[in-house]
Formats: sequence, C-alpha cells, structure tokens
Amino acid sequence: MTLELFSQYLLAGVTYGIIYAIVGIGFNIIYNTTGIINFAQGEFVMLGGMTAISLTQWLPLPLAIAVAVAVVMLIGALVEILFIRWLDHPSVLRMIIITIGLSILIREAALHLWGEGVRSLPYFVGNEITTVQILGARVSPQVLWVIGVCAVMVLALSLFFRYTLQGKKMQACAANRMAATLCGISARNMVTLSFMLSAGIGALAGCVMSPITYTQYDIGTGLAIKGFTVAILGGLGNSMAAVAAGLLLGLIESFSVSLVPLAFQDAISISLLLGILFFRPHGLFGSKDAAALKDF
Amino acid sequence: MKRHLPLIFLVLAVIGVQLLTRATGAAFYLTPLTMAAYYSLVVVGLCLLMGYAGQISLGHAGFFAIGGYLSAMLTTKNLMPLKENSLIAACDRLGLLTHGQDMFGEPFLHMQPWPACGCAILATVVVAYAIGIPVLKLKGHYLAMATLGFGIIVYRLALASPLFGEADGISEVPGFPILPGLAVSGDFSARVSNYYLAWGLVAFAMWLLVNLIHSRVGRALRAIHGAEGAANAMGVDTARYKLNTFVLSAVLAAIAGIFLTHYNGGIGPSEAGITKSVRYVAIVAIGGMANLWGALTMGALLNIMSLRGMFGSYDDAVFGAILIVIMLFAPQGLLGIYLPAALKRLLRRGA
Repeated sequence: MTLELFSQYLLAGVTYGIIYAIVGIGFNIIYNTTGIINFAQGEFVMLGGMTAISLTQWLPLPLAIAVAVAVVMLIGALVEILFIRWLDHPSVLRMIIITIGLSILIREAALHLWGEGVRSLPYFVGNEITTVQILGARVSPQVLWVIGVCAVMVLALSLFFRYTLQGKKMQACAANRMAATLCGISARNMVTLSFMLSAGIGALAGCVMSPITYTQYDIGTGLAIKGFTVAILGGLGNSMAAVAAGLLLGLIESFSVSLVPLAFQDAISISLLLGILFFRPHGLFGSKDAAALKDF
Repeated sequence: MKRHLPLIFLVLAVIGVQLLTRATGAAFYLTPLTMAAYYSLVVVGLCLLMGYAGQISLGHAGFFAIGGYLSAMLTTKNLMPLKENSLIAACDRLGLLTHGQDMFGEPFLHMQPWPACGCAILATVVVAYAIGIPVLKLKGHYLAMATLGFGIIVYRLALASPLFGEADGISEVPGFPILPGLAVSGDFSARVSNYYLAWGLVAFAMWLLVNLIHSRVGRALRAIHGAEGAANAMGVDTARYKLNTFVLSAVLAAIAGIFLTHYNGGIGPSEAGITKSVRYVAIVAIGGMANLWGALTMGALLNIMSLRGMFGSYDDAVFGAILIVIMLFAPQGLLGIYLPAALKRLLRRGA
C-alpha cells in the first residue's frame, strides 16, 4: 500500500469515524440521563440533513443549517414530551419498542415528505471537484469541514458538561437521579434537555456530512447501529471514549475496503458489535465492575 | 380439554372462512389468507420467545429469510457443474436430486424440495444455536441491538451475494410436493388445498405451543420472565430454556419462510429487512405479549389487511404507529386485557 493510498483511507476513516462518534455521543447523552437507548438517534441525523436541504431553497446555507438544527432540537424535545416524559418507570422492553416505533414513524414521514430520492446539501466551499492535498491524499475540503465541525462539537460538549451549570445538572442526574432531584434539580427537564442536545448534535452532523455522504430517508438505521457500536465499544455512557471508539470503527471500516467487497462493509462493523457485546460488554475502556452496577 | 377449545374454534373458523369465500365468490381472498397464515406462524413463534420467555428478538425476519433463501437456492441452483463432487454424487445416488432440462434444452440438476427443506431447517438450527448461545446472555438494550445486528447481517448478505440473487432475490422456485397430490405452490388450481395446508400447519403449531406452555417448560419460561434470578435459584436451568425457546421460534420462522417461498415461487431481500422483523414484534405486542391466541388473531388480521393493500403506502408507518400506541397506552396488548375480560363476563352471564 502506497503512502498516498494509506492517507486516503486514513482520512476517509477519520471522517466516518467522527460522524459515528457524534451519533454515539448522542446515544450516551440520552442514556446517561434516562437509562434509555434511543433507537431513533439515527433519524435525527437524517432529519437534520433533509430539513437543511429543503431550507436552502429560501435561506442562505449557514442560516438554513442553523434553522434545521433548531427544528430538529424542537422535534427531539417534542418526542420526549409526547412519548417518554409521562411514563412512570417504564420497563426496558417497553422503551425499546417505543423508540423503535418512533424511528419507523420518523422514517416513514420523511419518505412521504421528501420521497425516496437521494439528496445533498451544496458543498460549503468550492464544488464536488475541488480538492486539497493532505499527506499526499487528495480530498474534498468538505472532509475537513466534517472533521472540524465534529471536533468542535466534541470539545464544546465536554466544556458544557464540565463548566456550565446546566451541564453539571445533567451530570448530576446521570450520576444519581434521586439525589439530583433532592437537590432541587428538575430531572424531567434535564431529560428533555438531553433529548434536545442529542437531537441537535445529530442534526448538525447530518448537515455537514450531507454533501459527501448524501442524505436519504433511510440512512438512520445504519447510522444508529454504527453509533451504538461506538457507544458500546467505548463503554456505554462515556462520551470521550466514544470518540476514540468512533475513530477506531471508522478506520477499521475504511481499511477493510481493501480486503473485502464494499457490500460487506456493514456486515463487518456489525460483526464487531456482536463480538464486543459477547466478549466485552463493558467496552474497551470501561470498567467491568462499574458496568455491573448499571441497568441495561 | 378447556385449553383446546380455542383450537377447535380455530379449525371451525378456518373451514368457515373458506366456505364463506366460496359462497360469496371472493375466492381471491384465499391467497392473502394463505400468506397471512405463514406470517402468523412466525408471529406465534416470536410470541413464545417474547411473551413467555421474555426475550426480545429484532432479527426474526433473518431466520425467515435463512429458511426461505436456502430452500429457494437449493431447489433452483443448477448443480450440474458440481456433478463430480463426491457430496453431490452421493446425494444423487440417494435420489435427493432431480434431473431435467431447462427451456433451452440444457440439462440441469436440482435438489428436491424435501431435502432442501431439511437442509434449510438444519442450517437454521445451527445458526440459531450459534447466535443464541452468546446473544441470550445479554439483556435489555444489548439483546435488542444484538438481534437487530444479526438481522441486518442476514439482510446485507442476501443483498450482496450473487448466490442469493442480490437485489432481485430468487425467483422461479418450484412447488413443494408435501404428499402425492398435495403441493405447496402458487398454482391457481391448488388454491384451496394450499389454504388448508397453511392453516393446518398453523393449527398444528398452535396445538404444539399450547401444550408446551401448559407443561413444565411453560411454567419454567414464565418463571424466567417474571424473575430470572429467582427462577435460577429455584433450580430452573434458565440458560437452556431460553436457548431452546429461541431455537424453536427460529425454526418456526424458517418453516414459514420455506413454505411461503415455495408458495410465492420466490423470495426477495425485503423479506429479511428490519421493517419485517419490527412488524413481527409489533404484532406480538398488539396481541398482548404473553398471549398466543392474541398474537395469532392479530397476526392473521393485520397481515391480511396489509397484504390486501388496505394501508396503502403507509404500510410500515401503520405498524410503527400501532407499536407506539400499544406500548404507551396498553402495554399488555389489546387482546390481553379487554377481550378475555369481556369473554369471561359473557360466559358468566351465560352460565
């Protein structure tokens, strides 16, 4: 393998990896405050891309993306308020089925709204043939946008959780919901906030990736399962580890292309998911004892 | 006797519906009715797993597809180039293969439906054990995601393998002669016999499952669902019961897949899709989780409506919506609460 080819695969892996990481963090944020895995997480990414694409008809690109993210955050809040908030100690099975039903409904709504066609946002800089040269590989500047925006998002999230009051409140709910409630934190509002936050980051990732990966009504399931793989790989609930795991999965996927046909790429990452679930369900970076205390 | 009452009712209903379609000249209903029977077979199998053993599976369309695809592939793939292979030659000597000529006069060599069906079921059992042993150690979200992952892998493999016809699936699958004069096939003339064959199979499966849940096994499964730790402490081998239930329900799905493929004369990758798996889960949920008869009723009803195109292009959306509404407002299922209570009231009044 030449250096050029190597860096080409490397950049492709990092691009996809960081998108998976964002979806994985979305899973983690909701899981931390609620103990729920939101199976509709991938649909937020799709909705972000699709809404922004429609809005570019009337608005300039940056504004369209901002409005799309806001709209999807609103949808995230609505989902929580309508379907989750008022349930009293729902069983895990019940929550799984509800969020799966939601993902189907959102997908079908998107199918009827936007049709089966493949759509995409325009390139942020230049067009589809503009390239920049990095480490001998030629890539679209959009790749740098994806990596940059996602990296900023990860950074902003970690600052948010560490230094802001809202972030600390959410952390408190994740650590011990009962204790947080006793300290006067409205755990229910924190749950709504967590849905908004993870819908928002998903939507933004959906916008920046749209020019290179395209957006279609059914991309959600694939992204959700990759994102879940990443979340598990890093240890459920640990967002920073999800970034490392995301990059790892992205790289494994992109380098596997040189060994197996593209059509089997999904099968590889899902096999990885099954392998992790069977042999190391607490994740690569997680602690087994801590995982034993959690409720899956 | 009491527990077999619904079974007698089922048989009477099956006969009644056939006579009704005959009397009203609505014989075209027999085709969706037959297909619905096979889909219902998957649903009752899943009901045993979800409702009684308490284990969710989002990959049952995968088992359906393994059965259907393998049987379709073995009965349509020309084995002529492999004739010298010792395994194929042995099969030929045992009379498991059919010789013939295709429309261009080229000789072909296919496997006969019975051995193909046997191979498909055997493969399903092997896959179900291989997947089930590690997967059933998981719980909750992990179990759901792992079975979902299994379903996606089967779907991707079907979609990507030239052997399984890629996006086109496999067509021109021959009929499946069960007994002399009785074959699973889409022949117009065999419509009535196929209807009875399909529902006969469902009735047989129901008889089996009803007996099973009223046995020691059924009690063990309910104990596992209620409190797995407690069941374990009482000496129930929970891992073994869960695994065997998983394999049994996978085999039921595979049998449904095999029969429906021979009935339709083909199978496509959409049968292996996630939406199909979710649909089966939805029907079990509507039927009331631990309610075999509820699952069967809703399975037949909703599948017939769907196959007749009553939901139009909102087919998947309808199942998604049903799933949410049921889980939000009546997690015990529609038939789980309302119908048995209503029936009991009626019976009491009658007595």
